[in-house]
Amino acid sequence: MLSRRIIPCLDVRDGKVVKGVRFRDHVVMGGIEELAQRYRDEGADELVFYDISASPEGRVADPQWVRRVARVLDIPFCVAGGIRSVDDARRILYSGADKISVNSPALERPQLIDELAAAFGVQCVVVGVDSQRVDGEWRVHQYTGDPDRARGLARTTLEWVSEAVQRGAGEIVLNCMSFDGVRSGYDIDQLRAVRARCSVPLIASGGAGCIEHFAEVFARADVDGALAASVFHGGAIAIPALKQFLIEQGVAIRP
Amino acid sequence: MSGTRDVVLVDAGGSNIASVQAAFERIGVVAEMTADAGRIARASHVVLPGVGAAGPGMQRLHELGLTEVIGSLRQPVLGVCLGMQLLFVQSEEAESRCLGIIPGTVRRFSEAVSGRVPHMGWNQLQIERPSVLLDGIESGAYAYFVHSYAAPTGDHALASCCYGSSFAAVVARNNFHGAQFHPERSSAVGSRLLKNFLGLTG
Repeated sequence: MLSRRIIPCLDVRDGKVVKGVRFRDHVVMGGIEELAQRYRDEGADELVFYDISASPEGRVADPQWVRRVARVLDIPFCVAGGIRSVDDARRILYSGADKISVNSPALERPQLIDELAAAFGVQCVVVGVDSQRVDGEWRVHQYTGDPDRARGLARTTLEWVSEAVQRGAGEIVLNCMSFDGVRSGYDIDQLRAVRARCSVPLIASGGAGCIEHFAEVFARADVDGALAASVFHGGAIAIPALKQFLIEQGVAIRP
Repeated sequence: MSGTRDVVLVDAGGSNIASVQAAFERIGVVAEMTADAGRIARASHVVLPGVGAAGPGMQRLHELGLTEVIGSLRQPVLGVCLGMQLLFVQSEEAESRCLGIIPGTVRRFSEAVSGRVPHMGWNQLQIERPSVLLDGIESGAYAYFVHSYAAPTGDHALASCCYGSSFAAVVARNNFHGAQFHPERSSAVGSRLLKNFLGLTG
């Protein structure tokens, strides 16, 4: 049976993995390759690397570290950060990333999704969506990586997800902004609503605080994977214990 | 080829080729990328990686003049993902014929049967018959798949996988082998398959 995926997300800055209170006060956690291997050894199914300074600095994630990660890692990984064109994506994919994730640039120019899918196939193209409820509707937010530029859009999240899939997104990562960092559980209502509209794999992001939250999001929102950062990095949740718990709960999980 | 292995990766534009090369590096083997027919013909082991669509994939092999040499190889050949699908006669994804080494047609997953397409993630192998290629890999082992098209099961299937319906996960016909999953991203199962492949002789 197809396994549900546990996906640690690592923020990268200047070639190091960092953690911080959402985009401020970053503390270096360690080298990219050593942390990638640590998570692989603990049983992560996939990793996401997010170059947090790329987009605000108007550049693409650095292919140098992507190449180093591809050399040591034997599980799939996705790279996000500043990818605005087919050429940008090619540099990352040919450096060894399995997938690239686009967010704000796809909102600026939705045709980018079509171009990426045509060039590399839908399986390489992940669309990240930052979303939260505004005036009773889930709405897409743009430039959330830059506190000075972040803004909500008129576009509803459900419309955008449908359009992104139609254009060629092979996977959607839904980051539920108001739940992010709160550790009170994933945004089940929003994820369920998006799930009903989303015919490709859907990854939940934002809100994980304890192992029960993972069981809940798989059971109630039927997502294909659950992404988390701080609970893994800070040691609040160990992946082997999480997977053991999920297996006991009857969730399809790769041991 | 007494003890010396000379592995080449057919460089036909697949974006995963560097990852496959790295996977061989991790098991101590230098695999050279090449699109040269003579070089491919002389290698002890030939790997045809591939990510992308079947149409452009075949077109690229034609442009490089490699379809004939690949079809005539007598040494162990391993197709990975799209590289495996190209070994079949045809694909719904391509207008022209594929390499035609293994009988059958590669078809798109039906959303009605399989649910979400692409099939993306870790899924379990079902061993269909004993083989050197899958030595040490048992039914139930997880491998990493990413694909929207799949090859049929049949006599050529060494292992199958189920996503709504059953499809060929690992195939073999004579010296030609293929894995629908990505050995380079399938952790211990993947490196075991690559080691087993290197143990095959032509």
